[in-house]
Formats: sequence, structure tokens, C-alpha cells
Amino acid sequence: MDDLIKDLTRQEYKEGFVTEVEQEYVPKGLSEDIIRLISSKKQEPEWLLEFRLDAFRKWQKMPQPHWGHLKMPEIDFQDIIYWAAPKSDSDRPKEIDPEIEKTFEKLGIPLKEREALAGVVAFDAVFDSVSVGTTYRKALSEKGIIFCSFSEAVREYSDLVRKYLASVVPSGDNFYAALNSAVFSDGSFCYIPKGVKCPMELSSYFRINASGTGQFERTLIVADEGSQLSYMEGCTAPMRDENQLHAAVVEIVVEKDADVKYSTVQNWYPGDAEGRGGILNLVTKRGICKGSGSHLSWTQVETGSAITWKYPSTILKGDFSSSEFYSVALTNNYQQADTGTKMIHLGRGTRSRIVSKGISAGHSENSYRGLVRMNPGAAGARNFSQCDSLLIGSQCGAHTFPVIHNQCPTASVEHEATTSKISEDQLFYCNQRGIGPEEAVGLIVNGYAKEVLSRLPMEFAVEAQKLLSVSLEGAVG
Amino acid sequence: MNDVLLEIKNLHAGIEGKEILKGVDLVVRRGEVHAVMGPNGAGKSTLGAVLAGRPDYKVTEGSVIYDGRDLLAMAPEERSWAGLFLSFQYPIEIPGVSITNFMKAAINARRKAQGLEELKPAEFLKLLKEKMAFVQMKGEFAKREVNVGFSGGEKKRNEIFQMAMLDPAFAILDETDSGLDVDALKIVADGVNALRTPEKSIMIITHYQKLLEYIQPDVVHVLKDGRIVKTAGRELADRIWAEGFESIND
Repeated sequence: MDDLIKDLTRQEYKEGFVTEVEQEYVPKGLSEDIIRLISSKKQEPEWLLEFRLDAFRKWQKMPQPHWGHLKMPEIDFQDIIYWAAPKSDSDRPKEIDPEIEKTFEKLGIPLKEREALAGVVAFDAVFDSVSVGTTYRKALSEKGIIFCSFSEAVREYSDLVRKYLASVVPSGDNFYAALNSAVFSDGSFCYIPKGVKCPMELSSYFRINASGTGQFERTLIVADEGSQLSYMEGCTAPMRDENQLHAAVVEIVVEKDADVKYSTVQNWYPGDAEGRGGILNLVTKRGICKGSGSHLSWTQVETGSAITWKYPSTILKGDFSSSEFYSVALTNNYQQADTGTKMIHLGRGTRSRIVSKGISAGHSENSYRGLVRMNPGAAGARNFSQCDSLLIGSQCGAHTFPVIHNQCPTASVEHEATTSKISEDQLFYCNQRGIGPEEAVGLIVNGYAKEVLSRLPMEFAVEAQKLLSVSLEGAVG
Repeated sequence: MNDVLLEIKNLHAGIEGKEILKGVDLVVRRGEVHAVMGPNGAGKSTLGAVLAGRPDYKVTEGSVIYDGRDLLAMAPEERSWAGLFLSFQYPIEIPGVSITNFMKAAINARRKAQGLEELKPAEFLKLLKEKMAFVQMKGEFAKREVNVGFSGGEKKRNEIFQMAMLDPAFAILDETDSGLDVDALKIVADGVNALRTPEKSIMIITHYQKLLEYIQPDVVHVLKDGRIVKTAGRELADRIWAEGFESIND
């Protein structure tokens, strides 16, 4: 078993290549001048610059949070480049650099549209600090759907952006959200009008390429009354010995009777087998079920990053609104994850469900942290939480930090938790049937995570299954 | 072709430093059905586990030649690819993994080891259906999670189903008959009898002879305190039934 664990902790990260493109940067470090420079590069309106500067001033007064069950390396915020973008050919600024197109192709992200729309996914591809292309915009706009880069949204749909920006995650919400609000570069914007069912999956793909930089993307999704949307997010980065910072903010507004499903497969570079390098993934994701009967579902498969600090949460404001959080977080080698959710019940008859599956291997630390809050007005609200931990080997850790605040006598909260290990018996049973040790662990882990994986859109489910097996390659022996 | 499939010589093995097998000698020829009988604690299940390569059992002395190869030097999955199958006395649960996916992984792992392409989905499905009908399992069965929530009888039938799917050259049935009612016992026996061909061999580990009424063994061994104390034809099983293990000695 111990040898098997050693084998499985040998990492294979096939997305770890670097794209050779000429890039331009803003000077290293963070100041009001840098923020003004980023804002002017993006030709932003005055109100947005003010928003950034206000966030920056808040951030300067905030301490870096240390409550996570994480050994966080020192981050020198003056030693980071906050904006990097491939140089665009000024004659043809609309065209995508073929090298970048090749990069996304290699990552399985097509930037060319197909004619038949059945089964396609519309992508917004973000390369370092800029969106390099958004597909199927025209087909979507025929239905009144807006899907574009955040920067374009600021230029073309300024009123919508201004109305909803920071309405779910205020600029001073937390240290990393404030940092993001000050320096955010690009990301995706999506608006689904009243009663429209989005005809295809929408997806953002984030790629870090430049070294010494951080990525600070901002995504804003608005689903108007009675609309429906399934949104997917993926990400990768090159293998480097340095830690790179990724501090994103995702905000989702779900109006009356609207339905949003947000799925993430997080595959940032996790660092090497000795724990060198890897992305620091410090992310604030939050949605509000604003109207009655609205629904927001989070599904995440987290296999990458050296450190993951992430709590996709829902404010259940509308009466009888509902939300789910389905999570698989896998850590291997020296990875650390502190992830979970917050379900804030404000409205009557609101429902939430949390299913968290942690998998720890190698020397990794994996924590579930969750808050379920029933406010006094949440009459008849219900929550059910299930937190399972699976340990592979004896050097890793699994932790659960569930917090429940119930201020409503008619609300009910249920919490179940289990911890298990992959047993020698299970491995031997698989081996006896001809399934080798590594494949057996992959099979058992995928079985363990099935309840969450089955929630992913088809396009993602297969990839996620493979990723779980690959991420454990080297964890068994 | 050498007609000896398995040759065990002076096999000593144990677990956690305790010796359980104390010098087992046994020869299985192709096409033969052997019954290994003996009282509780004699080492019958240990013999099956050691042959299949269970990692917590350690071999301290002796040799096992299987199909001309040093069996003890092979990893459990390599033994499986070489056609060795163990029907577990206590089959293991694998939550979240369907029987279909489990069998697909098993069959394709072996095909890969043999340098063959993966089985096409349609071919796999055909095989699955055929073998399910064989152990009288309904369609829902393939979707169930491996052994999760199975009754004792269902678990044993699942073992026989897997055996039929993998079509082994040498099957070891470890107490497959224990805890089965007569109907289930018949299904198991039919499954085993269908596997009987002149090339294939079977080792039935049991401590009572009920199953042997349905599966006629060619050779019967009595294992006591880690040694084979008697080897004879099927009449030995009848004698054990009549007189008990106590009377069987060299």
C-alpha cells in the first residue's frame, strides 16, 4: 500500500506547457497609479475607476486572513505583475494570435464556431489578463442573450454592469475580493433575459501563461426572471517553481423562477511532488437567489492548485428559492484545500443541500468548511449537509469545520459526516479481477465521488473522471 | 501441452508472522475439478488467498508453478490476466462503482495487458447480457453498485457472474456454497459446471459436501492444520460426510 501511495503521488500535469507569445505588462507592484494604468488600458468609465480605487483603499486597511486550515506562503503583493496581455497586432486587433488559438485547441477549447449548434459549448477564453475570444455571440444574441468578455460588457452594457457589479460580493467583502475589485482584469459577463432558456452551455476558460503575474478575473452572471442557464468554468496554468496568485470573484444574480447551474473543473497547476510551485487559488464565488422560486446549483471538482481557498455560496433571499453545493476536492502530494460553502437562508421555505466529498492523498491537507445560517425570517427552511472524507495513505489529513447558526424555530438543519479509507481489501478485490493498483484507486475514487460527478454537464463529466484518476497517479504502491 | 496446470510444492505461508500453511503439496491437471475440504481453521482460505496473491499473506517457503510460470513472482493482477480467478468467501463492496463499469475495467485491463484493443461497447453489452442470464440476474443488476446492499446469496451469484465474464483457466471457489439456499446453490453449481472443459481447472474450497452433490470433483483433498493429509477420488467426500474430518488421517 505504501509503495502504491508513492506511485500515485507522482504527478502528471499535461497542461503545464508555456505558450511563446510576445506579451505586454504593467510594471510590477500595486499602487493607485497601477490601478489607474490598468483602468486606462481598458478605457474604462470614471465610475469604474472610482470603484477600483475605493476597493484598493479598503484593501489597504484589511489584514490578510489566516483562519483557513492552510500553511500559506508569504505573498509579497508588491512583487506581482497585475496585468499581462498578449501584444495585439494593431492592424488586425480582432484576430486571435494563432499561437494562442493553438494553445486553447491543445487544451480542448475550440475558438472556431461550428455551423450545427446542437451540443456545442460557447466559450469565453481568457489568456492571462484579457479575453481573447468569445464564441457563438451572434447566435446567442438572437435570443437576447449577452455573452462577452467583462471588458466589452463595461463598454457596451455599462448600465447592466453598473447595476449588478458588487451587488453580491461587495468590494470590501474580504481581503482577496477587495484586491480583485481593485485590480480585476478580464472575465466573462453573461445576461439571460426574461423567460429565455439558454440554448447551449456557456463556458469560461481561464489560462495563466505569463510568469510572475497573477490572474484576477471577474465574472458576472445575471439570470432574469424565469430564465435558465448552465455555465461551466475551467482553468489551467504552466508548471513553474514559483507560486502564482489567482484571486477571482464570481457573482451570480438569479431572479424570480430563474435557474442557474454553475459547474467548475479546477485544474490549476498543483505544484510538483515536493510541493514546489503551484497556483494559490483564493477565490470568492457567491450567488443570490433574489426572486421567489429561484434556483442556483454549484458543482465543483477541485483537483488543482497548491492552495485552494474557496467557498461558493448562496444567499437564499427569495421565498421558496433553493440551492445546492456539490463538491469533490482532491488533494495530493503537498496540496492544501480549505473549501466548502455558505448557505444563507433569508426567505421562507428556502431549501439547500450540501454534498462535499474530500479526497486526500500524499502529504496533503483537505478541509471542508461550511456555514449554514437560518435567519429569523426563514420559516420552514431546510438544509441537509453531507460531508465525506476519503483518505489514501497515512500521511494526509482530512478536516471538517461545519458551522450552523439557526435563529428560526421552524427551520431544520441536518448534518452527516463520514471518514473512510480505501481498504486493502477493495484494492485486492480489484487487482484479483485484473484491475491494476492505480486504475483500481481511480475506479474507487470515481465511485466515491459519483454523486457529485453525475451532476456535471456531460462535456465536463468525462474530463472530470479522467482528471480524478490522473491527479492520483503516483498516490498508491 | 503440459497437462499439469498448477503444481504446489512444500508451500509454507502465513499472516502477521503466524504460519498457517505448513508444507502443502498439490498438483492440478488441466480439466480437473479439485475439492479442498477440511475443518475450520485448517488453512483452506489461506491457500486460496496465497494463490491469488493477497498482499497480507507472506510465503516463507516452497514454490507454485502455474502454467509453466512462477506464480509467486506475479502481481495479483498478472495472475488474473493469466486466467486465475478467486471467488471470494466475503465479496467486497465498492460504493459508487456499477457492476457494468467494474467488469468493463476488468475485461479491458486484461485485454490491454494482452495487447488487445478495448472491447467495443456493443460486444461488451452482449457478453454482459449473456452472462447475466446465465446466473439468472435481471437487467437492473448491471447498474447496481458492486456488492453494495447485496444479500449473501446475491454476492455469491455476483462472484459466479464475474467468473463467467472473465472465463478463467483456473477458478478457485472459496466457500462459495456457504450461506446459500438450494436454489442459489444450483445456480452456482450450474455456473461452475458450464465452465468445465478439458482445458480448464477448478478448485472448490468447502467444509461441507453439499456443493459436491452438484459438482462432481475428480480429486478430493483433506487439509488439516496446514497440510494435505489425504488425497483421493470423490468417494473421500462421501466418507467425510459420513464420518467427519476427525477420522481422516494419513
